[in-house]
Amino acid sequence: MSKIIEGLKYSESHEWVKVEGNIAVIGVSDFAQAEMGDITYVDMPEVDDTVDAGEEFGALESVKASSELISPVSGTVVEVNAELEDAPEKVNEDAYAAWIIKVEMSDPAQLDALLDAAAYKAQIGE
Amino acid sequence: MSEVQIPPEQLQKTCLYPAHVALQAKMSPFAGFMMPIQYSTITVEHLAVRENVGMFDVSHMGEVFVEGPQAEDFVNHIFTNEIRGFQPGKVLYGMMCYPDGGTVDDLLVYREFQPDHFLLVVNAANIDKDFAWIQEQAKGFDCKVTNASDSWGQIALQGPKAEETLIKVLGYQEAASLGFYEFCDVLYKGERLILSRTGYTGEDGFEIYTSPANIVEIWDRFIAAGVQPCGLGCRDTLRFEAGLLLYGDELSAEISPVMAGLGMFCKYEKDFVGKEALLDQKAGNLARKLVGIEIEDKAIPRAGYPVETPDGKEVGVVTTGYHSISLDKSICFALVDKAFSALDTPLCIRIRKKVFPGKVVKKRFYQTNYKK
Repeated sequence: MSKIIEGLKYSESHEWVKVEGNIAVIGVSDFAQAEMGDITYVDMPEVDDTVDAGEEFGALESVKASSELISPVSGTVVEVNAELEDAPEKVNEDAYAAWIIKVEMSDPAQLDALLDAAAYKAQIGE
Repeated sequence: MSEVQIPPEQLQKTCLYPAHVALQAKMSPFAGFMMPIQYSTITVEHLAVRENVGMFDVSHMGEVFVEGPQAEDFVNHIFTNEIRGFQPGKVLYGMMCYPDGGTVDDLLVYREFQPDHFLLVVNAANIDKDFAWIQEQAKGFDCKVTNASDSWGQIALQGPKAEETLIKVLGYQEAASLGFYEFCDVLYKGERLILSRTGYTGEDGFEIYTSPANIVEIWDRFIAAGVQPCGLGCRDTLRFEAGLLLYGDELSAEISPVMAGLGMFCKYEKDFVGKEALLDQKAGNLARKLVGIEIEDKAIPRAGYPVETPDGKEVGVVTTGYHSISLDKSICFALVDKAFSALDTPLCIRIRKKVFPGKVVKKRFYQTNYKK
């Protein structure tokens, strides 16, 4: 059974969002990392890139497959987790510590469309 | 990928299916069969084969027997490689082609110890198509062809410790005297067992063919001896690094052996189906060639991604790509316009929104370790 943290927001495509003021910290859920297996590469945008809610902003790659990362919110990338460039396995080790990007939100109301921990738990059938 | 979608209830199972389930393998459809993708992780299984020994269930492969007075003439007629003068106990790799040079399949031909008997080992996804093609071509030849695929199971035991493991577990001392691409017949519980020093990993190893009941027992004996079971996930990463092609990805009805760079397995001193078309391509009349490309980044080129020139012109497509486990490089096979196929040609791969520069390299990315 995968780990789900209370207080975070989740997307149906398995990203999590931690809200810090106007900043959305975005990563992938423990369920997603387990489904992917050993992650070998995290494809991330660059600082100052814009991201759109529901649109791809990067990808996770395992040996066999790649999986798109979908942004839960719209805004501007203010920081990327450069640590993942050389240590993508950190996503497997602790998916909630290994955040991927931080986005300055242009429309924080988009958060309301995301799932809370209980709803996400129901979605993945646990 | 060219994988055809088959409803789950129509998927076949190999004789080792219960063994895979018992080992809690991650299972997935492949070539019409429900097959193990991995038992642990692809990396663990890949490294077991490179550094120690691992085994694969390859019972899904097809076995077609050809026998009769004109068996040699017939096999030579459909096979691109030359089997005249090749001795009993030897195995040859080659292709069957359509008259237009497109590939029906790539296969192994075994010259058996009984005169005028041959075994053709074909890809699982192609068994029905191949057998129909072989039967059609055999009209007019005095020989009999039999599809015995359901009567044979197969295990591939691969890695630098394969010989030692095989002799220790099964006791066949004969294994030590087999060179690469040689085989011998032995008995297991009174039934025929073909011990073949062949494989699809770039390492030394054996392919063991015998009855399904024997295969199940042999699998369990290897498991008890601590041999790592390996799934199709690492079978693909291993064969890819070793520069070995996969039908459906790098060979197809549209991709000839010449386009795929397999000209050394086509012998033009004899006649075979597709020869004229292949000679024409060899003389320069071909649009695309298969190349290796290495990119300067950890991003992974996957099948279907576009290949571009540095100025952005699309000139090809990736057929298989990985971040290589043994080499720690992002590499791929790609079909590209012939004008861009020379070694060191700068080519880029478009991976999602970004373009990664790279260059054409040799397709054999990994130095193979075959028994001499």
